[in-house]
Amino acid sequence: MTRLAIPKTYKLYIGGKFPRSESGRVYEILAKKGDFLANAAKASRKDAREAVVAARAAVGGWAGATAYNRGQVLYRIAELLEGRRAQFVDEIVQTEGVSVAAASAQVDEAIDRWVWYAGWADKYVQVAGNANPVSGPFFNISVPEPTGIVAIVAPQAGGSLLGLVSVVAPALVAGNTVVVIANETMPLSAISLSEVLATSDVPGGVVNILTGSPAEIAPWLASHADVNALDLVGAGAIDWVDLQIAAAETLKRVLPPENGPDAATPSIDRIVAFTETKTVWHTKGLI
Amino acid sequence: MTSSQLAARLAPRDRTLALLGGEATDANLRRYLHGIPGIDAVGLEQRAADLGSRSIKTTSKKLALDTTIGLIDLTTLEGADTRGKVRSLVGKALTPDAGDPDCPRVAAVCVYGDMVPHAVEALGSAHAAGTGNGIAVAAVATAFPSGRASLAVKLADTADAVAAGADEIDMVIDRGAFLSGHYGRVFDEIVAVKEACRRQDGSHAHLKVILETGELNTYDNVRRASWLAILAGGDFIKTSTGKVAPAATLPVTLSMLEVVRDWHRLTGEKIGVKPAGGIRTSKDAIKYLVTVAETVGEEWLQPHLFRFGASSLLNDVLLQRQKMTTGHYSGPDYVTID
Repeated sequence: MTRLAIPKTYKLYIGGKFPRSESGRVYEILAKKGDFLANAAKASRKDAREAVVAARAAVGGWAGATAYNRGQVLYRIAELLEGRRAQFVDEIVQTEGVSVAAASAQVDEAIDRWVWYAGWADKYVQVAGNANPVSGPFFNISVPEPTGIVAIVAPQAGGSLLGLVSVVAPALVAGNTVVVIANETMPLSAISLSEVLATSDVPGGVVNILTGSPAEIAPWLASHADVNALDLVGAGAIDWVDLQIAAAETLKRVLPPENGPDAATPSIDRIVAFTETKTVWHTKGLI
Repeated sequence: MTSSQLAARLAPRDRTLALLGGEATDANLRRYLHGIPGIDAVGLEQRAADLGSRSIKTTSKKLALDTTIGLIDLTTLEGADTRGKVRSLVGKALTPDAGDPDCPRVAAVCVYGDMVPHAVEALGSAHAAGTGNGIAVAAVATAFPSGRASLAVKLADTADAVAAGADEIDMVIDRGAFLSGHYGRVFDEIVAVKEACRRQDGSHAHLKVILETGELNTYDNVRRASWLAILAGGDFIKTSTGKVAPAATLPVTLSMLEVVRDWHRLTGEKIGVKPAGGIRTSKDAIKYLVTVAETVGEEWLQPHLFRFGASSLLNDVLLQRQKMTTGHYSGPDYVTID
């Protein structure tokens, strides 16, 4: 007897839970060859709003955790990614139509990159911060602090897992929380990553993953007054200048789109881009 | 002459005695309250869920949000309340949204009795209950929230708040007495507190009777307590103190609104309803507005007949309002921290 496969209808990842889209909409995820793979939830602006609420609620706990603790939590995600590598490889082969070797290489690189960023958690302040020389008997110290909620349009080209990791990990390092719009046509890696995150030590709401159309959702995040920064790395194909203009209304930090295989290369700049500098003065005198 | 015509003609106290068929003793009240038909709990909850599923959008939503603000009793009832906290609460009541002068004012501020003078002082000329733009001062009294004190203490508490300038008194009923069947004692207490609400010039502070439905266990008890409070002369019936979970729920409020509707049919008198506690989002508030309009009529959507007891609700309504005005989502940085 032939068996009917049970195709999955995936859901969003908001506040550590897996809700359906408020709109009830889904769209088809197709393999590179055009075969039907699964259904993904098509997020609406209200889902984006819910995600921002969840992200805001998570800022205090995540930014307040010690840098060492954040590093450990992020490292643990790399461990879980390693345990699921077969699933990621399989999904990348199906959605991107690449060879198993190429997919394996991508997963390797994604895990390595995640570990690399995890290591920065308790080190980037030493590099980006400074003890400023001042003409007076004062300590003058500048330290970077997380900006809050970062909304990200994930890279929309191939390399669906690596692209996502390259933008989400650096935003998390400093203690920001994230609302990310996944790769629209190849969201399986993002969905599987959300399942990894849900079983890791990352508090609910720190990462929120929306699947659906960046062109539809990104404007609502760009204009949202409670979003502090906007990473447009994957927004090259949509009207990203308007997104920048909308973001300027509420003084967001914005990173522009990047294209090609070098998009979002690992760099401490991506960490520091989503921080704000606090400078404190302290008297030297009576110590 | 039918009983309802009879009821409409008599003075409140005589009317109550006529309805009860005698003095307000435990036995008479028990006979009357237990003679009221029981509540179909499943039907009530289904009806409430159904009313909560209405879709209110665009201009209707804007109207609903403005109406909601105008019905809020902006509340702070914490042990840590200070004069400064009350002043900032009053500031928010006067100007809920500093970025939008068209934003309506709330109906009242609700504070503990000892904070009434500070609220009155902070309101200044805006302290004018019942007038168009005025904000009333409501005080909780009678050993709020537990109600565990002697009658003398409760009456002193009430009189003190009224003398300090409170326009409305939120009293709690003695749930222990109610649940053990001493309806007469609860009745007498409400009557006595109502008397204590009398000012020197003969006018009354509005009396809201808190039933604390979270402690009454059944919808039938809520219905009986509502009747009891109205028979004893309460101007408003209020669900909860906000200190006990569950606080206000839609089915409980619906059952209280039904009592108010029945009382209006019986006597022509309009009693107010105030759900309090646990209403935090505009979405919830709009469900209540729909329930009021569908149960007792839109006429009840006025500050002297319906109130929300809430503290965090106002901020959520303001965020929704800003979203409708600007077209983009607003955030907590754009409303005051309470």
